[in-house]
Amino acid sequence: MRQLRSFVRKEFLHVLRDRKTLLILFGMPVVQILIFGFALSNEVKNTRIAIIDQANDAFSQQLTQRIDASRYFDVTSVLDRAPWADGLLRHADNRVVLIIPANIESELHHGRTAQLQAIVDASDPNRSSTVTAYLSQAVATAQLDLLAGAQQPARIDVTTRFVYNPQLHGAPNFVPGVMSLVLMLVCVMMTSIAIVREKELGTMEVLLVSPMNPFMVIISKVIPYFLLSLVNIASILLLSVVVLDLPIVGSVPLLYGLSMLFIITCLALGMLVSTIAATQAAAMLVSLMGMLLPTLLFSGFMFPIENMPLPMQLFSNLVPARWYYEIVKGVMIKGLGFDGVIKETLILLLMTTVFTAISVRRFKERLG
Amino acid sequence: MSEPIISTRALTKRFGDFVAVDAIDLDIQRGEIFGFLGANGAGKTTAMRMLCGLLRPTSGTARVAGFDLFTQTEAIKRSIGYMSQKFSLYDDLTVIENIRFYAGIYGLTSQQIRSKSSQLIDRLGLQHEANALVRSLPLGWKQKIAFSVAMLHDPQIVFLDEPTGGVDPVTRRQFWDMIYAAAADGITMFVTTHYMDEAEYCHRLSIMVDGRIAAMGRPYDVRTSLNARSMDDVFTMLARGATRGQD
Repeated sequence: MRQLRSFVRKEFLHVLRDRKTLLILFGMPVVQILIFGFALSNEVKNTRIAIIDQANDAFSQQLTQRIDASRYFDVTSVLDRAPWADGLLRHADNRVVLIIPANIESELHHGRTAQLQAIVDASDPNRSSTVTAYLSQAVATAQLDLLAGAQQPARIDVTTRFVYNPQLHGAPNFVPGVMSLVLMLVCVMMTSIAIVREKELGTMEVLLVSPMNPFMVIISKVIPYFLLSLVNIASILLLSVVVLDLPIVGSVPLLYGLSMLFIITCLALGMLVSTIAATQAAAMLVSLMGMLLPTLLFSGFMFPIENMPLPMQLFSNLVPARWYYEIVKGVMIKGLGFDGVIKETLILLLMTTVFTAISVRRFKERLG
Repeated sequence: MSEPIISTRALTKRFGDFVAVDAIDLDIQRGEIFGFLGANGAGKTTAMRMLCGLLRPTSGTARVAGFDLFTQTEAIKRSIGYMSQKFSLYDDLTVIENIRFYAGIYGLTSQQIRSKSSQLIDRLGLQHEANALVRSLPLGWKQKIAFSVAMLHDPQIVFLDEPTGGVDPVTRRQFWDMIYAAAADGITMFVTTHYMDEAEYCHRLSIMVDGRIAAMGRPYDVRTSLNARSMDDVFTMLARGATRGQD
């Protein structure tokens, strides 16, 4: 116990002495949250929209007003005829042209389905689908409100309802992503570097010659990063609640408990990297290319996994962050209980066991 | 002669088909300064790692500090100190933090740590530097501190793995004074070195070639038995017979 205490104290001294490490440790989560929250938002705001209002009646005017009032759209012009909708997209720098047919009010009142036409600039497919979704949402709510007084028209209409994140904010998506990214970075990269550094300096040899059990050496190296990661999770959650107004719907202890599991998964990965890499630079490279990149690409945080070709989808199953991302989204945003994330938890547990087993084996081999 | 502090019989380490250390016999006495020489790849490091309890021998018998190398490595580790070429100190910690850390991992109580570290600081005359980062100290000082730290837990044997690598001759000479002083206190010094002049400082030495001990004895005896003028010549003569490449 005394050995462990001395060791952990020394490890903390390393971290606290090193300004760069400190900056990465505590600055990075804050910066990432702020960047993702404000700059790199995939929310599309203030989309320029032109409306061709062929009806020009009370209903169509109100609809136009509502679209204009939404923060997602800027109505640039309202025309009563459509000479060339294409020109409105091409030259007037609009992203969408919405055409309201002349007969809209009568169609609706006669219980038929009215057709609105939206012509969307799809040169950026992601953006155009987001914009379309916003537009349908805006039209749907307007329609509900505006026709509330009227007798319920008998008609079938397909409306999309966005649950959990009805405003399609970016935050619920990236906060879990940032959490897995930060934990990956801190636990995998920092721990592997810290362990490899001892190898490189030659101090590992000295530690192994000491009566301290080799596995205790590794555990004591890992403890500080475990604790720091807990602090990091707290700061990310705090920032997302306070700065981004993103509430934690599910249970905080559950979220924390499962985050601890993921931290342990990452630490096991960090140990694994440290058994592979001979130098700090190599450890950093392996962590960045081998761990961070897959996390970014295959956790579902940047690119939807469903859109990937099958081999990539299968590969994404091997990325621990993918499962943690699901867990955080499930608990934090959907408010799922433990029974909702059992599968993901079990997968992470399995991964942790495998990673630990491999690194212990490799570590033993090294000791002969 | 009392019972040797290190004693091995046919100590062997194989890695697959490769015999890194081939049946070596050693008897090293308490308080002896024993030079352990050999070219790179001769099996020197492997042999030393075994004696430190870092590597499990494949066969043979060995006792270190009175404990069995196969079954009592834990006890052996408590009785030995180790210092390597790379100084074994943490640059980003202060002198006193380094001392406390090593004392801690050897399981000394906080009271022992306090008295030991102040003793050490006094003996080395480092009162002013105790709270300075090791990084800021000259190489020679770091080396002395590393050596003292390796002896903090009163080991019976200290393994010095090329302790004077990259140090100027004056500092090396001072360092050897410390080694003599420790040996005079009855602590056995097991030293590997590349410097042949240092080999002459040892009480006895052995030279490894291809995993075997090719020569062993007092420096003078080894030299005369081979009709060599200097230790350098001895080394060249023996190394010429090596069949193994450097690794």
